[in-house]
Amino acid sequence: MTVAVNPTQTGEPVFYLADEHPHPEGYSTSLGFWIYLMSDCLIFAILFATFGVLGGNYAAGPAPKDLFELPLVAVNTSMLLLSSITYGFAMLTMQQNKIGQTQMWLAITGLFGAAFIGIELSEFAHMIHEGATPQRSAFLSAFFTLVGTHGLHVSCGLIWLVTLMVQVWKFGLIEANRRRLMCLSMFWHFLDVVWIGVFTFVYLLGVLR
Amino acid sequence: MSPDLLKLIFGRLTIESLPLHEPIVVGTFAVVATGGLVMLAGLTYFRLWGYLWSEWFTSVDHKRIGIMYMILGIVMLLRGFADALMMRLQQALAFGGSEGYLNSHHYDQVFTAHGVIMIFFVAMPLVTGLMNFVVPLQIGARDVSFPFLNNFSFWMTVGGAVLVMASLFIGEFARTGWLAYPPLSNIGYSPDVGVDYYIWGLQVAGVGTTLSGINLICTIVKLRCPGMTMMRMPVFTWTALCTNVLIVASFPVLTVVLALLSLDRYVGTNFFTNDFGGSPMMYVNLIWIWGHPEVYILVLPAFGIFSEVTSTFSGKRLFGYTSMVYATVVITILSYLVWLHHFFTMGSGASVNSFFGITTMIISIPTGAKMFNWLFTMYRGRIRFELPMMWTIAFMLTFVLGGMTGVLLAVPPADFVLHNSLFLIAHFHNVIIGGVVFGAFAGIGYWFPKAFGFKLDPFWGKLSFWFWVTGFYLAFMPLYVLGLMGVTRRLRVFDDPSLQIWFIVAGIGAFLVFLGILSMLMQFAVSFLRREQLKDVTGDPWDARTLEWATSSPPPDYNFAFTPVVHDNDAWWDMKKRGYQRPLTGFKPIHMPSSTGTGIILAGFATAMGFGLIWYIWWLAAASFIAMLAVGIGHTFNYHRDFDIPADDVIRAEDARTKLLAGAK
Repeated sequence: MTVAVNPTQTGEPVFYLADEHPHPEGYSTSLGFWIYLMSDCLIFAILFATFGVLGGNYAAGPAPKDLFELPLVAVNTSMLLLSSITYGFAMLTMQQNKIGQTQMWLAITGLFGAAFIGIELSEFAHMIHEGATPQRSAFLSAFFTLVGTHGLHVSCGLIWLVTLMVQVWKFGLIEANRRRLMCLSMFWHFLDVVWIGVFTFVYLLGVLR
Repeated sequence: MSPDLLKLIFGRLTIESLPLHEPIVVGTFAVVATGGLVMLAGLTYFRLWGYLWSEWFTSVDHKRIGIMYMILGIVMLLRGFADALMMRLQQALAFGGSEGYLNSHHYDQVFTAHGVIMIFFVAMPLVTGLMNFVVPLQIGARDVSFPFLNNFSFWMTVGGAVLVMASLFIGEFARTGWLAYPPLSNIGYSPDVGVDYYIWGLQVAGVGTTLSGINLICTIVKLRCPGMTMMRMPVFTWTALCTNVLIVASFPVLTVVLALLSLDRYVGTNFFTNDFGGSPMMYVNLIWIWGHPEVYILVLPAFGIFSEVTSTFSGKRLFGYTSMVYATVVITILSYLVWLHHFFTMGSGASVNSFFGITTMIISIPTGAKMFNWLFTMYRGRIRFELPMMWTIAFMLTFVLGGMTGVLLAVPPADFVLHNSLFLIAHFHNVIIGGVVFGAFAGIGYWFPKAFGFKLDPFWGKLSFWFWVTGFYLAFMPLYVLGLMGVTRRLRVFDDPSLQIWFIVAGIGAFLVFLGILSMLMQFAVSFLRREQLKDVTGDPWDARTLEWATSSPPPDYNFAFTPVVHDNDAWWDMKKRGYQRPLTGFKPIHMPSSTGTGIILAGFATAMGFGLIWYIWWLAAASFIAMLAVGIGHTFNYHRDFDIPADDVIRAEDARTKLLAGAK
């Protein structure tokens, strides 16, 4: 708020703005979206805490060592990390006003995201096939919920990405669409950060345990 | 039709789900249905549907949304209080072999519904409503940061309330107590729909609460008028900021813990079961990590209201503004470090219990500082005993008492004796009624003229005040005594006849509170009829100090024709003192958000989805979910969400006010 509130020449205090301009559209959006992300972060924090407390309760069922295939998880992780880089490229090309390239990078991001979801689902299917269902033990309940919630977020991100691509295609890189791409960018990178936590805390430490 | 097909269409909803065999419920339904039909007929006869839809339901104006929250809170108060009366009557009767008049199936639902409704659908809407109405006016803004989101949040809260109310007539409500502890709330012990109503009612409303928290934080951080630094914000705005930070930082925890409980119930996971490594105590910890901040979410805005009221009606600047702000912030932080005091008896050991006992006691220090600030504000003030001030004084006396019994309960060894006793019940009603409810009433009395342009009738208000205050003491002091004698909560029948007299006194107290509520409704009706005599033409009926009193009552859609500039804590007082002249010319078009029906439609689908999930009507849940997604995405294709109020309209509104003000002098 850098508006002059100094007294006028007559020494009378100014009590209102005679000439004002409305806040630009989307004035609060980035702050609001940040706060939303922090509330989402809290959701993951609680799921991590739940995994931390219940993650060792195998109930005589399979343990992480028996279930996790680190090479597959490594491939999966790289899919998500690459998608973050390509999203970054999309933002860079957006700054340069290159619609075609922006759309291309967004599409590539979406493909990486879809690959991530696909690998995750096949991992889940494999585990369930082996009898390691979410119902089997508190460890597996916590595992499927934490990883699944992340996957659900990525899926929502994909729907959002497609919606935005349609909107960019229809309306171009207008101010509102740039702001929306920025929000999705924050969301996408946030999910990446959460995944780093999942990878370390659930998979790597799980196999060590 | 074949049973399979019926099951596909109706899930587990059958004709037996309707409680036709319960005369009390059928009677209630008859009354509610008749009342509802009369209201619907009235709305149709007077052709009010279009007006309600376009001016209220789809409105994104923070003032209207605030008022709708207040109406929701007051309507739900009637339901929650009916439950309270039923419990008091049952406990006063069920002695000497009598079973009372409620069977356990029904009684257990009553006490659960009472707690859930009073916290989520009375206290929360009242507090949120006041914040919504007052905060943008106090900071000199035209609306909140995200006006559409605000409308959506409100309707999600309504959706939750609708689900909880539906449980009265379709199926049943939870019989678990208001926090639905597992394993009791798990599918094995609560196989029916009660807990599912609880879960989805709170989840739908919780989305609204979280989003409205984000909205109000942004509003306060980004939309303050020029000159209003953080340390010049009115104390109510400060408490609203802290409360909304608490909301955003605690409601996601509730969302997760209820989601995990739903997984246990719907999918068969083992988070809170006794087998396969689940831990019910995990639930208790998590839900109180939300639950303790929740009580501060409710009481902090009440503290803010009392601060505004005390300084206005003492005619003095608030004593110790800075310490008041810091006390609020300290309470905000400490409220996260005390949750375990709700279950000292869980057996976490002496060290853990000591830690949480001490943090709990420490909270009384900033709270005490506030109490002294109010007292010193009144000291040598010219106190006007208008109704809001009377509620404030009743609060100060009552809350100190409740606070002290709270410190007693914070001592772990004492808590082992008092845990889950009626002493605890008396304590938290003492602070919630004495703090939050009295605060909401003080706020309603204080800001009512701002919202509607006329004051509330003082006679019926004072009658309501005395019924409430005496009723409160009669209802809850006996519970302290009973609690000390070892009576536990949620009991339906009693053996020891010597206890009965205390329950009868408590019942009389509850009846007095009932008269208080009736007087309050009467107060609204009488004030409406006498609105010409009670009219507030100045916009500043209390000779108050903060910005909301600088504009007309009720304020125009745009709140302020020109954005105010602030030089002092008590901005409006400063303006009055330094001879502020209201601008009469130079009006310009004002940019405002447009109304939209998307919020109510989305919330309607969310409620339908909840209903489908509760009754296992999977097609309904899936269809509503897809509809929600479609409407939500469709809404993002609308890029034109604002309009300009033409300068002519602004001139017309401001000229009308000029005439009004001239008439007042």
